[in-house]
Amino acid sequence: MDPAAGCPSPAATSPAAGAAAGVRVAVAEAVADSHGRIVAALIRITGDWDLAEDCAQEAVTVALERWPADGVPANPGGWLMTVARNRAIDVLRRATVERRKLADLAVLTDPAPEPAPATDDRLRLIFTCCHPALPLEARVALTLRTVAGVPTADIARAFLVTESTMTRRLTRAKAKIAQARIPYRVPSGPALAERLPGVLAVLYLLFTRGYDSDGEPAFAAEAVRLARLLATLMPGEPEVVGLLALLLLQHSRRDARRDDEGNLLTLDRQDRTRWDHDAIAEALRLLPATDGPYALQARIAACHAAGTTDWPRIAQLYDRLAEHLPSPVVRLNRAVAHGYAYGPAAGLELLAAARAGGGLDDYPLAVAAEADLTARAGDRERAVALFERAAAAAHSYPERRALLTRAEELSRKDD
Amino acid sequence: MKYMMFVCTDTEPETDESQVPDIEQWVAENDAAGRRLEGDRLAPPSAATTVRVRGGQLLLSDGPFAETKEVIVGYDILECADLDEAIEVARAHPMAWGGRIELRPFPGA
Repeated sequence: MDPAAGCPSPAATSPAAGAAAGVRVAVAEAVADSHGRIVAALIRITGDWDLAEDCAQEAVTVALERWPADGVPANPGGWLMTVARNRAIDVLRRATVERRKLADLAVLTDPAPEPAPATDDRLRLIFTCCHPALPLEARVALTLRTVAGVPTADIARAFLVTESTMTRRLTRAKAKIAQARIPYRVPSGPALAERLPGVLAVLYLLFTRGYDSDGEPAFAAEAVRLARLLATLMPGEPEVVGLLALLLLQHSRRDARRDDEGNLLTLDRQDRTRWDHDAIAEALRLLPATDGPYALQARIAACHAAGTTDWPRIAQLYDRLAEHLPSPVVRLNRAVAHGYAYGPAAGLELLAAARAGGGLDDYPLAVAAEADLTARAGDRERAVALFERAAAAAHSYPERRALLTRAEELSRKDD
Repeated sequence: MKYMMFVCTDTEPETDESQVPDIEQWVAENDAAGRRLEGDRLAPPSAATTVRVRGGQLLLSDGPFAETKEVIVGYDILECADLDEAIEVARAHPMAWGGRIELRPFPGA
């Protein structure tokens, strides 16, 4: 059967010769836009994750063959959906599966009328990929692979494993979904409140994976895209909107956070003209007024994006965040904020309390924070030693360089 | 979908016992709903015998097949729509608080 049979006919735009690069861009855009939708719909109807992915992938292959000659169709996502659907019908027909699945597939078209958010297939797919019965790394990888359509090889690189290892990890996760019967569903009621933080944590982890020095920068943008999708699908959940705002604010500084030599720059040393001000404006429009962990972190990030930094306000937001999320790192950041708002002595006092709470032993950023507060308290000699200790414990080369620079600057002032 | 529910001890049980559910109520509710097909307690691992045949020879050893601090003290076979339902059943069992519970699906059920 012709894989493209029943497709919307190509738009009457000129199938310009030598437009292979343009076609590749169009295919990439269509995939980014519609991969999750296609896979999610096919999984819902067939229950077969591998079939869904294979058919989505095959649609891309057909597009790369056909679009250079026929031109890019008016609705690229719809075209891909139709080809993938026809391929699935073909495979299932050969396997002679139940009539009902085939009938459901026959009516599957795109763009379908925008479905009600709670029943959107992509939302089901995200919640299933992020099910807490799967190991955390598999959740991140599966979300990247099936929702975002990121090739397995790219995911493997970001997790520092071989492609075959990542393939096995994804296969195991999909096998568990099938064997343990993890439902393909968005939980409702109290279960939703219980599960949503786990989904948000996966997206946040994905984002930070894009920011780590050995991470995959494209993943940060992918996380923003997924958070935006989730916020569109669940506009009534302030924590989802809060996560999107937080990611937009952090991502807005992507071009300013390192100097020309790759050294990390603290906020006060960044060139603010290199911040993405459209992203900041979008985040500020979204900012929820609720007190959930992501909403509070987004409001803190928004304070940092303002022209002048309102440290007492940030300290107050950290006080509230520490109530909701009393993690060692939050308590550390709270001490830093108080140090800027009310003087280094206040900061050092809270830092000592945070240390006593545990979890900060040998944490380089805790030592760096103590170094900074000590320097501002006027004890340069001790501050230099602390910066050097923090540098020795730093996890990455750029961090170490930044800390040693601070130590050197302080030493020079001594001369 | 059938799930085997292994009921195990744990070296770090919940210390606040005020909210631990009642086992009699758990059994009654899940029996009534048709979710619990069968189940029972087991005698302690000190009563266990492990059986192997190697080279045609019967090899017996005293104790459970794996020496761990956590031991299986009971089991239930559940009939649930999916893993989420089985998890809800398991979390309401007192040993999810005082111990730990492993949910293992039967294949292709």
